[in-house]
Amino acid sequence: MKIMVAIKRVVDYAVKIRVKPDKTGVETKNVKMSMNPFCEIAIEEALRIKEAGLASEVVAVSMGPAQCVDTLRTGLAMGADRAIHVESNHHLYPLNVAKLLKALVDVEKPGLLLLGKQIAEFEEWDGDIDFSSLFEKLAIDDDCNQTGQMVAGLLNWPQGTFASKEKQTVTVDREVDEGIETLCLDLPAVITTDLRLNQPRYATLPNIMKAKSKPIKKVTPNELNVQIRSDIEVVEVTEPPKRKAGVILSSVDELIDKLKNEARVI
Amino acid sequence: ISTLVLAEHEGGCIKSSSISSIEAANSLGENNSISMLLAGSGSSLQEAATHAASCHPSVSQVLVADSDKLKYPLAEAWAKLVEMVQNAGVYSHILAASGSFGKNILPRAAALLDVSPITDVIAISGSHQFVRPIYAGNALSTVRYTGEPPCMLSIRSTSFPVPSETRSSAAPISQVDLSTFGGGTLNKARFVKLTSQDSERPDLGNARIVVTGGRALKSAENFKMLEKLAEKLGAAVGATRAAVDAGFVPNELQIGQTGKIVAPDLYMAFGVSGAIQHLAGIRDSKVIVAVNKDPDAPIFQVADYGLVGDLFEIIPELQEKLPEKT
Repeated sequence: MKIMVAIKRVVDYAVKIRVKPDKTGVETKNVKMSMNPFCEIAIEEALRIKEAGLASEVVAVSMGPAQCVDTLRTGLAMGADRAIHVESNHHLYPLNVAKLLKALVDVEKPGLLLLGKQIAEFEEWDGDIDFSSLFEKLAIDDDCNQTGQMVAGLLNWPQGTFASKEKQTVTVDREVDEGIETLCLDLPAVITTDLRLNQPRYATLPNIMKAKSKPIKKVTPNELNVQIRSDIEVVEVTEPPKRKAGVILSSVDELIDKLKNEARVI
Repeated sequence: ISTLVLAEHEGGCIKSSSISSIEAANSLGENNSISMLLAGSGSSLQEAATHAASCHPSVSQVLVADSDKLKYPLAEAWAKLVEMVQNAGVYSHILAASGSFGKNILPRAAALLDVSPITDVIAISGSHQFVRPIYAGNALSTVRYTGEPPCMLSIRSTSFPVPSETRSSAAPISQVDLSTFGGGTLNKARFVKLTSQDSERPDLGNARIVVTGGRALKSAENFKMLEKLAEKLGAAVGATRAAVDAGFVPNELQIGQTGKIVAPDLYMAFGVSGAIQHLAGIRDSKVIVAVNKDPDAPIFQVADYGLVGDLFEIIPELQEKLPEKT
């Protein structure tokens, strides 16, 4: 079985996001970019499935501008066998990405398509409030968390979202609002990976060197017969309203008094 | 305009997040005919339909899809159902709350209908213009939908509070014709089980008061102190990602960007440093109280009331001095 993993180049989690003064978007020029942490988890999972003898090949794919090659090299250094880069300078919305992935799946015929859940969170990362987890607007999707579900729909495959633990039979535990839902999926399937699934490995120096000679195939949306269509127009991007700091109280009694008589919430 | 709202139900009642979706649908424009779509099987579905018919003054009709194939909220079956209902009714908008149900189903259904969905909408200005948070809530993006109908939205229920009034006379209920429903994919995903913590306490998403603990609580045992406090306040218990990762409490209690978004009247954070991803989940709370021994903790920058001190002393003192809930 072949496993295809879609990975995405995003603004590094350690970068503080800044809204551009002209409100057209967030600043992505001269900003450090990295692989989306959820995608690292997806690659790690694919590698573990391969190492367990259940898959023969791991193919990393990414879409977007030329710099996506750097992200693919990171995936190859982690252990992916080869990579495919769909080069496009258009803004790719999840529907476009889903269609491109479907086209790639039709060519490559993997048994499993893995994607990172497209929301990252680095809460309490050594307590620094400036640390945040972010996505490049040009890459797979921005906080949309849609692509996996969409491509599964296009392929008529079952989907397991938010997988937090997978077993060989592709029994998927997914986090839902009410708890953990267990599903059994027939292969081929699309699975999106969540944070607690695994701890991704670091690429070692020898593997980084080795990755330089691994093949990266370049294709265009045209070659895949996918038309890039835009259904959504960004009107403006603004900073969210800030909450003001309140008062520091001196005792529990004072707190109870304030909650009772000032805020009137208890 | 005409809107289809995908509704979730539990124990014969429509979930309040789905009622919020109707509230959101209401702000799309005048003369909006709002249909609610419910699926499932058996008597609890029919009870939920009765509830749906009067749960909000703006509901025009309730559509019920009763089938064993829809017994569990699987995306495969639901997406097919939405496609079928859309092709029959040709709605201008399709909405769902952006909980795990909506996030799973809406994109798949959108792909089948060949449109781009817009997720996590927090404000609606007109029928095709919406505001959604991006980059973990560090920026707000106003977008305009320019594609073909249906315009598909998932909405943050905390941004669209449920009104207290209900519909005085029940809206008509009709059954969805499922004679052509089925096909190959439906059996490719099978429901095995749902594991959840049974709890007497109110649901995190709807609780009026939420009490949250961070990593500073140090153990699952210590979290029990918070649970006792929550009991006294009639509050729900939440946790930060660090506390969940450390195994103190189960995943579904996580509040923040990748957990639940809450907006209670009172949010009390104990030993929570206030990382931006956690704050993204509590931003809309009315009153925030923070208790932390570090006076420089970022949580104090957003808290209305702060107490600097040892939570292992403050929690028992609160437990003792807080008035009994009424």
